[in-house]
Amino acid sequence: MWPGAVAVALVVVATLAIGSLGLRLSRTTSDFMVASRTVPAFTNASAISGEYLSAASFLGVAGLLLTFGADMLWYPVGWTAGYLVMLALVSAPLRRSGAYTLPDFAEARLGSRRVRTICSVLVVAVGWLYLLPLFQGAGVMLGAALGLPTWIGPAGVASVVLVNVIGGGMRSITLVQAVQYWFKLTALLLPAAVLLAVWLGDGRPDTERLGRPDFPTDVLAWSNPLADGGAQGLYLTYALIAATFFGTMGLPHVVVRFYTNPDGRSARRSTLLVLALLGLFYLVPPVYGALGRVYAPELAASGESDLLVLLLPRIVVPGLGGDLLTGLVVAGAFAAFLSTSSGLAIAVAGVLGQDVTGRSWGGRRLGGVAAFRLGAVIAVVVPAAVALGEPSAGVATTVGLAFAVAASTFAPLLMLGIWWRRLTPTGAGAGLVVGGLGSGAAALTTLYLDGPAGWVGVLAARPALWSIPLATAVMMLVSLATQRTVPPGVRRFMVRLHTPEALDLDRG
Amino acid sequence: MSSERPQRVRVTGPARRRPPRARVHEVDAESRLGSLYLRALVREQWWLGLRTLALLMLGLGTLPVLFFALPDLAAVHVLGVGLAWWLLGVAPYPLLVALAWRHVRRAERNEDTFTALLEELDGPRSGGPDDGGRA
Repeated sequence: MWPGAVAVALVVVATLAIGSLGLRLSRTTSDFMVASRTVPAFTNASAISGEYLSAASFLGVAGLLLTFGADMLWYPVGWTAGYLVMLALVSAPLRRSGAYTLPDFAEARLGSRRVRTICSVLVVAVGWLYLLPLFQGAGVMLGAALGLPTWIGPAGVASVVLVNVIGGGMRSITLVQAVQYWFKLTALLLPAAVLLAVWLGDGRPDTERLGRPDFPTDVLAWSNPLADGGAQGLYLTYALIAATFFGTMGLPHVVVRFYTNPDGRSARRSTLLVLALLGLFYLVPPVYGALGRVYAPELAASGESDLLVLLLPRIVVPGLGGDLLTGLVVAGAFAAFLSTSSGLAIAVAGVLGQDVTGRSWGGRRLGGVAAFRLGAVIAVVVPAAVALGEPSAGVATTVGLAFAVAASTFAPLLMLGIWWRRLTPTGAGAGLVVGGLGSGAAALTTLYLDGPAGWVGVLAARPALWSIPLATAVMMLVSLATQRTVPPGVRRFMVRLHTPEALDLDRG
Repeated sequence: MSSERPQRVRVTGPARRRPPRARVHEVDAESRLGSLYLRALVREQWWLGLRTLALLMLGLGTLPVLFFALPDLAAVHVLGVGLAWWLLGVAPYPLLVALAWRHVRRAERNEDTFTALLEELDGPRSGGPDDGGRA
């Protein structure tokens, strides 16, 4: 118990200390939001990866692998491949667009306040849909690992995030995130190496030899990368691929992170580095999943599989060694909760700071930094309050829904906005609304009603495969019907998006 | 003999044509030529992106169909680990990095070509800098 508590305390202190390094340097609004774009590529790639690897990656993937087997490998593969899709179609032009946030991009490209507002609502929705399971998961994790009441998790993570974001904004967060990638990798890799060594020392036992009849999934299904076989399994697998491949580019915290690259080329190069860093990290969770099947299959049956990474070291290595390794993974998991929720809080706070708290209310108007700070409070407190009222878990599934909503709204907007001149404000707005309502309704159905049986339930559980094409088609068809409202500056904007910065061109 | 001096005449070369300008100007002026340059770059990068995605779908997107068509593949083990775990747990990551590497190199090459094209001087066509294009 105590190594875990000490480790969590250390993570909190370290996060706040590194954060305060940035505090003295953060002065202007630009510092707060994008670290004034002075972050070098390797630091930036570490920061992107550190922020991106949430508790869903650190804890959720291993648990899903334990319970359901190989088809869950699509989650980490998809979360990584999302960056390749982003690299291929979005990253350099998005950086060159010079906007701070997704709503900024929409307004700059389409010149429409209305589309901007729709984007702002969606950023807040996706951000909260992602923050909610993280706060809930933090409660479950701290409860299981340290024996704390479940309200401590959401309250603790929310407070640390809030102090850090309000204090230093993006610059402090960039440093914190970069350090946290390497910390998380160590915290997952080191215990995994010890566990593997123990397993080899035990003479490489497998499940059959240990004879555990209580495992819910049979061996053949466990090694098949298709969900539950049949046509529905095929649909579910491809829908997961679509949501993760295209969802990454639409996540508000990921997109904001790209503005800290100095130019379009470095945005591409840091994406390449990110792919390598994520790949390195995602090699490790399957080790926990596979060894968990050997040493702790009862976790799958009891529905506590999300805790596999935390519990396995102590099950396999008894005594002080196990306690120390547990302390390390608990600290890593807590860091994972902190880093992703900080990034999401920054992104949501940025949007709220510009579009809600930054507006004049009753004749008074807050300054940029004050508006950002007030936005941060709202961004964190709302999902934390919901998580306190309803501490259910299932981190990876809910996160998957956040990806589906992002993929069904921002992915078509970015791809068409960057590559298709004929996009109109009306078309973009219609597509965003249709994609957002469709995938959002599916997400709510799955979260709050027990998913209906048969194909309807399947389509609602993983909406991306129908909602992405639907949103894209609506955007294109409505745009073609409203060609007279193509924004006038579109040519100049294309120059800005696609030409290298070295050329001395008029970019509008 | 003649006491009259010849009248002084100012000697000048033929009037220069317009001074050499980089083609960057064409893009700024939104001329048809400039549009053509820009369109070519955008199209090149778009097809490069689609090719990268096609390779991604070829490498990873075909795996579900493969296991759907050949369910027995799930029982195959390599070095004690199920084939699916190799194909999905390990192999994708080097593949993704390789595809990204290829994409970055080609995208930068496209941009370099575009930059070189636009920085070329677009003035008198003949010869090097010495003769200045004078007839």
